[in-house]
Amino acid sequence: MTNIVVLAKLVPDLVEELEIAESGTALDMEWLRLIINEFDNHATEQAIILKERSGGEVTVIAPEAEGANEMLYTIAAKGADRLIMLKGDFEDGINNHALARAFAGAAKELKPDLVLTGVQANDDLDGSVGPLVAEYLGMSYVGYISGVSVSGETVVARKEYPGGLIAEMEVTLPAVLGIQAGEEPPRYVAISKVRQMMKTATIDEQEVGDLDASGGAMVQRMYVPEAAERAEMLEGDEEEVAARLVEIFKEAGLV
Amino acid sequence: MNQDIFVVVEHLRGQVADISYIMLAAARDLAQATGGEVVAVLLGHNAQALASNLAANHVLYGDHSSLAEFTSDAYTQALAGLLSKEAPRAAFFGSTSIGSDVAGVLSARLGLPLVSSCVQIADGNLISQICGGKIMAESALSDEVTTLVTVIPGGYKPAQGQAQTSPAVTTFEVSIAAPRVSLKQYIEPEVADVDISAENVLIAVGRGIQTEDNLELAEELAELLGGVVCASRPVVDQGWLPTARMVGKSGKSVKPKLYLALGISGAPEHVEGMADAEMIIAINMDPDAPIFDIATYGAEIDLFDLIDPLLEALEGA
Repeated sequence: MTNIVVLAKLVPDLVEELEIAESGTALDMEWLRLIINEFDNHATEQAIILKERSGGEVTVIAPEAEGANEMLYTIAAKGADRLIMLKGDFEDGINNHALARAFAGAAKELKPDLVLTGVQANDDLDGSVGPLVAEYLGMSYVGYISGVSVSGETVVARKEYPGGLIAEMEVTLPAVLGIQAGEEPPRYVAISKVRQMMKTATIDEQEVGDLDASGGAMVQRMYVPEAAERAEMLEGDEEEVAARLVEIFKEAGLV
Repeated sequence: MNQDIFVVVEHLRGQVADISYIMLAAARDLAQATGGEVVAVLLGHNAQALASNLAANHVLYGDHSSLAEFTSDAYTQALAGLLSKEAPRAAFFGSTSIGSDVAGVLSARLGLPLVSSCVQIADGNLISQICGGKIMAESALSDEVTTLVTVIPGGYKPAQGQAQTSPAVTTFEVSIAAPRVSLKQYIEPEVADVDISAENVLIAVGRGIQTEDNLELAEELAELLGGVVCASRPVVDQGWLPTARMVGKSGKSVKPKLYLALGISGAPEHVEGMADAEMIIAINMDPDAPIFDIATYGAEIDLFDLIDPLLEALEGA
């Protein structure tokens, strides 16, 4: 029976255009569209797989943000038992050191055996959340994990190295694991089930108080990169682009 | 605090990883700005020979039986002591399965600032690439304490961090108490039906391919062009293609004659594995997709609109 805590956050949807805030040192949060960090989604899946396999309880903790309610209810519909939303001064964004301290404060109360979170997030600028939380909780950390099995006081985690090499790491519990991919792709959950959760599940709101952001990056400026060179863009409709591509393939001796 | 730049050398099964040389090159740039030296930190067991071609002013070597293979706990313990004692201006780690396991823990344990995903050094500042390569952030070093930095490839070539002559090596004492993480075993990569790193033509699919069934379209293209289909991480994580077909950070590095990227945005983790392709053609609907910055040719077009006409044109060619 394992007590698992999942730490999840929302990140900018990179399909949308990103803008820099007036300060020049942060993303403009006002128009940002947020989605669940894909690696947190994998961490959620891994937690629910572990629960299905050997029992236990899954608690998800997320900071408040536009869409955080929906994210939490969706995770509940997938099988999480308990939902916690951290409330605080997050509107202008917070760094991962501050977030990790807030996560650790809430997780400590739950006395977890295992804490799972995404190995990274696309907006990380001061490291990822996992190793910071691990240290604040006094637990071990291992990241780049794509498979977890729990046995008694230890967990065996499959750690990924370049080229497809895997290292099986044995980690003494309690521990924090940074999930790269769950054993299975994140499951789909019907919107009707999510709606049902909105009616039946409760989100436990917790104030985090003053945020301590020390240890973050000292950002001088943020900007959209201008490429020194850019691709030669092929213009026209799909027929024209297709014809031009075939020419290019011919020039290169590929067809 | 002194002005030296430490580089924590990454190695796996007797081989120094390219990211180590890339970090040494970046550290050289930063050391010029701070006026310090580049110091490589090598941890291992009977591994001193790995220092031979590191482009560093000198090497600090820590030997311990618990460091024979990488584990986050043993590395963290060894480095916490060293960084506290030496207090360099900055310490570099790979933004990798090794470096990312220790940099964050050290930041929290020692109360040191951490800057991640650094790709370049400019005027003594750290330039990070975030949001899938769509945003750059410039950060300053702390004037008071050691700044920890994780480094991604892209700004420097490994050759820039390799030396012809061996640097001087000094050993330092390492003490490691009861590690809570241990390596059980390595599991070799699955044997693949094709070796994508040996192919001339790769049709690469990303998130934009949307469904498993759509892979068939890429397969048809690959057949007509005499190549094979490979993918970025999200496609492999869905289980649509085996890990052996994955290009990028935790997959393969490839250098084909043609890399046709369909619906791939070009996040740094992917680009790391394919930037050296001879010709990159990118098809993507997002005009801001970073893949267009490294591609030879690009088209801002829906790949599903393009594939049929392209298959027809190729069949007629």
